[in-house]
Amino acid sequence: MNQARDNAMEASPHADGHYNLRLYVAGQTPKSVTALANLKKICEEHLVGRYQIEVIDLLEHPQLAAGDQILAVPTLVRRLPEPLKRIIGNLSNMERVLVGLDLRPVAAP
Amino acid sequence: MNTTVSMPLVPRAQSLAKARTGISGLDEVTFGGLPAGRPTLICGGPGCGKTLLATTFLVNGAVMFNEPGVFVSFEETSDDLIKNVASLGYDLGALVAQKKIAIDFVRVERSEIEETGEYDLEGLFVRLDYAIKAVGAKRVVLDTLEMLFAGLGDTQILRAEIRRLFAWLKQRNVTAIITAEQGEGSLTRYGIEEYVSDCVFLLDNRVSDQITTRRLRVVKYRGSAHGTNEYPFLIDAQGVSVLPVTSAGLEHAASDEVISTGIPGLNQMLGAGGFYRGTSVLVSGTAGTGKTSLAAHFIEAVCARGERCLYFAFEESPAQIIRNMRSIGLDLQPRIDSGLLRFEAARPSLFGLEMHLARMYREIEEFAPAATVLDPISALRGASGDVHSMLLRVIDLLKSRGITAFLTNLLSAEGMDKSDAGMSSLMDTWLSLVQLESNGERNRGIYVLKSRGMNHSNQIREYQLTSQGVKLVDAYLGSSGVLTGSARVAQEMVDAASIVRRSQDNERKQRDIQRKRAALERQIAELRAELESEEEEARKALQHDEELEKRMQAEKRAMAIQRGGKAS
Repeated sequence: MNQARDNAMEASPHADGHYNLRLYVAGQTPKSVTALANLKKICEEHLVGRYQIEVIDLLEHPQLAAGDQILAVPTLVRRLPEPLKRIIGNLSNMERVLVGLDLRPVAAP
Repeated sequence: MNTTVSMPLVPRAQSLAKARTGISGLDEVTFGGLPAGRPTLICGGPGCGKTLLATTFLVNGAVMFNEPGVFVSFEETSDDLIKNVASLGYDLGALVAQKKIAIDFVRVERSEIEETGEYDLEGLFVRLDYAIKAVGAKRVVLDTLEMLFAGLGDTQILRAEIRRLFAWLKQRNVTAIITAEQGEGSLTRYGIEEYVSDCVFLLDNRVSDQITTRRLRVVKYRGSAHGTNEYPFLIDAQGVSVLPVTSAGLEHAASDEVISTGIPGLNQMLGAGGFYRGTSVLVSGTAGTGKTSLAAHFIEAVCARGERCLYFAFEESPAQIIRNMRSIGLDLQPRIDSGLLRFEAARPSLFGLEMHLARMYREIEEFAPAATVLDPISALRGASGDVHSMLLRVIDLLKSRGITAFLTNLLSAEGMDKSDAGMSSLMDTWLSLVQLESNGERNRGIYVLKSRGMNHSNQIREYQLTSQGVKLVDAYLGSSGVLTGSARVAQEMVDAASIVRRSQDNERKQRDIQRKRAALERQIAELRAELESEEEEARKALQHDEELEKRMQAEKRAMAIQRGGKAS
């Protein structure tokens, strides 16, 4: 696998509750830049030290799109913890991202 | 200065490039296929064959026209798709392995997708682009694009992206099929037809009388003429075929060639000595009048000329027909063995009328017979208008190919019903078989109800089914009308006796006359003899008188001399 990897993130792969996230983008569009920025922000606030982000540019790796059933971009895929979750969009609505990542109960105030 | 006036050059319009579907019939209906390099929308309700039609387009492209294709499935996984189309005889798996077709299953599950903020469908474009490049695709199927609407919430983004997708497909110059579910009162549920405006097909799967019939209609086809009717289409083990059987043309050539009915006596009844080639012949009659036997004679005559004959049997199995025809001395089995005769037997209730028509169309196309028998058309079920329309198209199909049609029709005991009257206009020759009931027996009679383009007998002729086949018996027309059966035989005996009697009378009269003549001649001879004897007597008497006179004169002179006087 030769995914582009964002090494700026802290990683502790074997810790419990570790988050393995992939962000699929198609080129450096405003949407993808915004999405990555939003993702980093959320992770820093809620998942410090227990997350890993891979950014995959489909323009460079089109063959990877089918594997994770990517349709829309940007798509954030939570590969770990199970089950697999997909969040599409530029992640501008933080509440919904947190719900999508199971970081906050749906009915939270 | 150029003074020559030249005709303005009207540029001849470049006709639309088309991508052939390879689906028999569909290319005829569309005059060449789908618009090449453009998207085509196929819409219809569930289970009407959208996916199979689209798959056939791809498979034919890859196999027949060397145009690889991409199948983007939003509904079925690749494995399911491969299994499903295997029933049509398509080996999609092999084509995928040969890199002629790429299948991409796009899973869209709303419950698995959280939407937040702006997005686009570039992921789909990337996948499509990747698949197109992988096989060098010229054809693309998106089945069913509208699944996106169910999976993704933001319809505004979707509509913009679908619009972009079609533009993108056109730019790629791929011929695309997009399938969509039919909506309430609109062609598609989500109004996709707004974006695909070049070519739209509507598929339909109607059930009437518990029989389903698939139909296809070209709703629009920008920049091209197309058939506008609803055409039945078939999906079976031989794939998809559309049947452009219409009754548009009345341009079939009329042949002067006469072909035998297979029965000498019947040939004589028809002024031309048989049927004209390529015409339609209807034999109608009540049960047991020998319609199939007449058909068998006709078949035998066709095959004897070395021509092919196709027999559509709706009520009897081929084996049964062959056995039954042996009883009248006709063995059709050798004709089957030599490949001149083919039976196609199916119960009428097995398919709808359109399906029967479709099947017949395909068989006729494939076998290319010189004559076709439909036995009996009365078995075809449906509203009489539908049956009529179907037969019209069958006959048009046959006529356009110069195939002689021989149809049998079972009449109810009451005789002709309304549907028969409607049939008449379709038929060139109509033979009617009747049961003549008299003197406690039934005899079979045949007459020519009509026969276009020839003078024909107006007699009802009796015929018999003998072990040497159908035999027409000379008509007996006596003072009491046409006699048949034993009445005819009796009358013939009476006639024979009276002939003998008449000749005896004549002989006697002749003898009488001769006798009279002899008597008269005898009388004449007697009278003549009498006359002659009378004449003789008269002559003798006269002679005697003259002698007496002479003697008296002499005596006078002698007396005068004696008295002394001188004779004065």
